[in-house]
Amino acid sequence: MKPVSVVSGTMVPLPLADVDTDQIIPKQFLTRTERTGYGDFLFFDWATTADGSPSSDFFTNDPARAGSRVLVTGRNFGCGSSREHAVWAIQDWGFDAVIAPSFGDIFRNNAVNVGLLTVELAEEIVARLLDLAQDPAAVVTIDLREQTVEFGDVVAEFEIDRAAKEQLMAGLDPIGLTLQRDVAISAHEARRPDWMSPAAQ
Amino acid sequence: MTARTLFDKVWDAHVVTGDDPALLYVDLHLVHEVTSPQAFAGLEAAGRRVRRPDLTFATVDHAIPTTGRSLGIRDPRSKKQVDTLRRNTERHGITFFGLDHPGQGIVHVVGPENGYTQPGKVIVCGDSHTSTHGAFGALAFGIGTSEVEHVLATQTLWQRKPKNMAVEFDGGLPKGVTAKDLILGMIARLGVGGGQGHVIEYRGEAILALSMEERMTVCNMSIEGGARAGMIAPDATTLAYLKGRPQSPAGDDWDEAVEHWSQLATDPGARFDTTHHIDATGLEPHVSWGINPGQTAPITASVPDPAAISDPAERETAVRALKYMALVPGTPFTDIPIEHVFVGSCTNGRIEDLRMAAKVVAGRQVAKGVSAVVVPGSMQVKAQAEAEGLAEVFESAGFSWREAGCSSCLAMNDDVIPAGERCASTSNRNFEGRQGRGARTHLMSPAMAAAAAVAGHLVDVRDW
Repeated sequence: MKPVSVVSGTMVPLPLADVDTDQIIPKQFLTRTERTGYGDFLFFDWATTADGSPSSDFFTNDPARAGSRVLVTGRNFGCGSSREHAVWAIQDWGFDAVIAPSFGDIFRNNAVNVGLLTVELAEEIVARLLDLAQDPAAVVTIDLREQTVEFGDVVAEFEIDRAAKEQLMAGLDPIGLTLQRDVAISAHEARRPDWMSPAAQ
Repeated sequence: MTARTLFDKVWDAHVVTGDDPALLYVDLHLVHEVTSPQAFAGLEAAGRRVRRPDLTFATVDHAIPTTGRSLGIRDPRSKKQVDTLRRNTERHGITFFGLDHPGQGIVHVVGPENGYTQPGKVIVCGDSHTSTHGAFGALAFGIGTSEVEHVLATQTLWQRKPKNMAVEFDGGLPKGVTAKDLILGMIARLGVGGGQGHVIEYRGEAILALSMEERMTVCNMSIEGGARAGMIAPDATTLAYLKGRPQSPAGDDWDEAVEHWSQLATDPGARFDTTHHIDATGLEPHVSWGINPGQTAPITASVPDPAAISDPAERETAVRALKYMALVPGTPFTDIPIEHVFVGSCTNGRIEDLRMAAKVVAGRQVAKGVSAVVVPGSMQVKAQAEAEGLAEVFESAGFSWREAGCSSCLAMNDDVIPAGERCASTSNRNFEGRQGRGARTHLMSPAMAAAAAVAGHLVDVRDW
């Protein structure tokens, strides 16, 4: 996983609350067995008309929005289904960070695991960013080490849990790290009652 | 010792190491075809093995056909997913209920009915409705594919401890009001983000009176309220359900397990970070009118006017919802016509749900122009429903009787609701496009959906 430290670039505003992962990546793309190639299907039902042609007013079809790195959106972003495909699609499209007042719990965990930065800011600051992001050239800078978001003359601080920050900044493989705890895991297993393990079928 | 909640106790018993985050041990890892292929591929690319295949169980449910199974899976990508899961489970020695297995079904129906699901366990699955298993007093939650790979390799997960929330349902449910109405009513009050960062313990008289299957319906939709998980303390109802199931402890093990489980309930005086009270006696049958499960109201009400909603974000979502749903403020819900009925899903696809729906349709006919489908939650549920004569009741009323799977809940298979058409659905999500692009979903109980099938429009089943 690529380490994350500073994300700086233009934004896309998506001023909606409770955007669910069914919208981010609709179910018809979940039968793929690959981990990549979801970017073309990001927000597919919003990005296309019923006959499959591009919706002219959606950002994924707007050349001025190509190359944007930060998605700015409403509260409870990524609620609903646990599909990690939603995070993959956002990343594949080109975003390195999402800013919102809050996120669905599973979405936020998935994002950390693949190196997509999720930044929680107060509703009023997000509202200002959404306004600013109407301009496709407006730039925001997120500094993960300093835990700041800078735009115009504003510097806003954000909270992130220590472990998530470390994992993102180091680009760590969490499985490799956990496997180093084998002694502790085995000790826990030795304490488990046998009846908690299913009989072989 | 400090008084602890049910959630605290299950959490504490599974901390391998660490504090915040803690490394949690997983007792049961449920696997299905859609969220696992990339996890197994990652595991193999790193040269790793499945640490505890014996604590891992797999079946197919999300993208499989509910008709014509003898012909195999027509969609080449779905077929590849199912074949990939079969190969992965064979290679890693994992028990697998494939498409041709008599126990196949929705993973959240199959786990409990086989006794894999037990009180006090930590249970995970690459599916948000894993919260279902909390009905037994397990800590059960959905995870993403990277976490699936982590659990396969290590049988553990790093987690920050969520907060404790109590939802107390005071008094008993009135006649004609079901577990589905109870949970829809709660989400309508708390909102789709109301449980964020919390594990909910469902408590109170109305909860204690529920059967295990009803408790599963309640815990299933915890995620729709934004909660990480939902839990109900195990009691005599739980033990009666578990006793004798294939994977339940037996003999001396049973006694030891019961002793263990009996200590799980929340201690008197334990502290919850948040407590909500809901008067169960005032609940009515509910239907959803919008594009998230919080946009739900009693059937006796009418389509709300967004102008009356004070929160700007909620108002904006309501405006979009009415446009997508093609509904006009002030329309009584009972005037809304439907073209489709779906009875099934991990929320309401169990035998009691089918009995409830069959009781309503018995001796009646599905309305002209309505396409009604029953998809049992598992092949065991299907077999039992057939043995009880329920299948015959449904078929003679004009319902299509299907093989087990997730089906129209998320329409990954051919069971797609056409654009612009309206479905009375016993599933859990009314998101835009969930049952098919442009399809309009109204969530409700099996009894309400069955009554709508006969009437051709939404109805209050209490008037039935």
